[in-house]
Amino acid sequence: MCLGVPGKVLAIDGLNATVDFFGVKKELRLDVVDEPVSVGDYVLNHVGFAIRRIPAEEVGETLALFDQILKDVAPDDLMAADVIGEMAAGKEQGK
Amino acid sequence: MTSDPLLAQLKFRDPQKARALAAALQREVDAIGRDEITVMHVCGSHEQSIARFGIRALLPRQLSLIMGPGCPVCVTDAPEIDEGVALARQGCRVLTYGDMLKVPGTVQSLGDAQADGGKVDVVYGVEQAVEIAKARPDEEVVFFSSGFETTAVGTAAAILRGLPKNLSVLSAHKYVPPAMEIVAGMPGSKVEAFLAAGHAAIITGCDCFRPMARKYRMPIVVTGFEPLDVLAAVLKTVEMIRRKEHDVANCYPRCVTGPGNLPAQKMLWRVFEPVGGQWRGIAVIPDGNLRLKPEFAAVDARRRFRIDVKGLWDYAPRQLADRCICGEIMAGFKSPKDCPLFGKECLPESPVGACMVSSEGTCKIWHQYGGVPDLKEVG
Repeated sequence: MCLGVPGKVLAIDGLNATVDFFGVKKELRLDVVDEPVSVGDYVLNHVGFAIRRIPAEEVGETLALFDQILKDVAPDDLMAADVIGEMAAGKEQGK
Repeated sequence: MTSDPLLAQLKFRDPQKARALAAALQREVDAIGRDEITVMHVCGSHEQSIARFGIRALLPRQLSLIMGPGCPVCVTDAPEIDEGVALARQGCRVLTYGDMLKVPGTVQSLGDAQADGGKVDVVYGVEQAVEIAKARPDEEVVFFSSGFETTAVGTAAAILRGLPKNLSVLSAHKYVPPAMEIVAGMPGSKVEAFLAAGHAAIITGCDCFRPMARKYRMPIVVTGFEPLDVLAAVLKTVEMIRRKEHDVANCYPRCVTGPGNLPAQKMLWRVFEPVGGQWRGIAVIPDGNLRLKPEFAAVDARRRFRIDVKGLWDYAPRQLADRCICGEIMAGFKSPKDCPLFGKECLPESPVGACMVSSEGTCKIWHQYGGVPDLKEVG
């Protein structure tokens, strides 16, 4: 529940951002994040809110863990379930 | 702290680096020269990483890495669940995170209330609760919000933006730092240092742990969730134990700063106030529960409704729960393998205690990743 999942910002409209999480597009709120976020930045998402802009040089490292969790695990893996839950927390795009 | 050579080693999840870290750890532990060193972490996501990647197998025999009260779902007390169950029985639509459904209340879980015909739905976040309330303007919708400060900030942001008229919040949010203090100060506690949860610290920053580190004379090290993040942080912690450094170290500088996310803290404390309350099985934690301030009474389910929990308590008494040791596990005195119910009467599909319910609970994590993931015990 406190995991937070990184995604890439595709578009910004006020305090709503469209973010790509490993190919899944979701809308996130930008109320909470403390630095200006631009298109192309990576942000950590927790329950539908961006909580942190990830510095560019750290993006690869941060993505690696989640990439592996999503790729090569059993369907009932707890960490994978938390990651998928975090991704689901964003609003469906266009709704 | 970013110049710390330790951090340069975190770039990969390379087994060689893990072994090098483990060897360094052994040297530190040998230099301390004691038979028992206990480090506690307070994050379900850390436990997932530790159990999933078998990190305990790399630790020196003398070093115990245990999980404390790091699962907000697990420490939600039965009377708080009862409030949600009562509201569902009173006709409200109760929305909550999926993990909360099976957490035992005094009489019923929210899942039981749902099976009885109560309107209980799972959401992934407050934004979905807002959408559902908008789509059902003729219903009273209650968001049973749980989670530590990281999650509470989202609830606060939504409240500050304005909720639909028919939506209120039943806050079961918890604040971790006071619980760490209580556990550190428990008589007989073996905890010598804490690993603090990286993502909660994104919000709070790591400076807030410094007074506690000094008061309880222990290192507190903030870290992330990569297996090498955890291992490097354990090494840093043990190094600090050896040097008697009662201070804070940040092993997660790519996300965590000293002061933390100040606008988020402002939102959090604008909406919530810390009050004392029971954490399931552990203790009454002063300032451990986050409740809505009186000025947000209009969206506070506790003030909007007369919640009839007493009506619930006339029903069945608790049974197996009396033998549950979740509280002692979360306080660091026992592990799931000490529990007579673990893996027998208490299973993920029929949990007795809350630690078997959540994907962040120690018991459920140990159950999934092979029961006792402590490879040093099998040689």
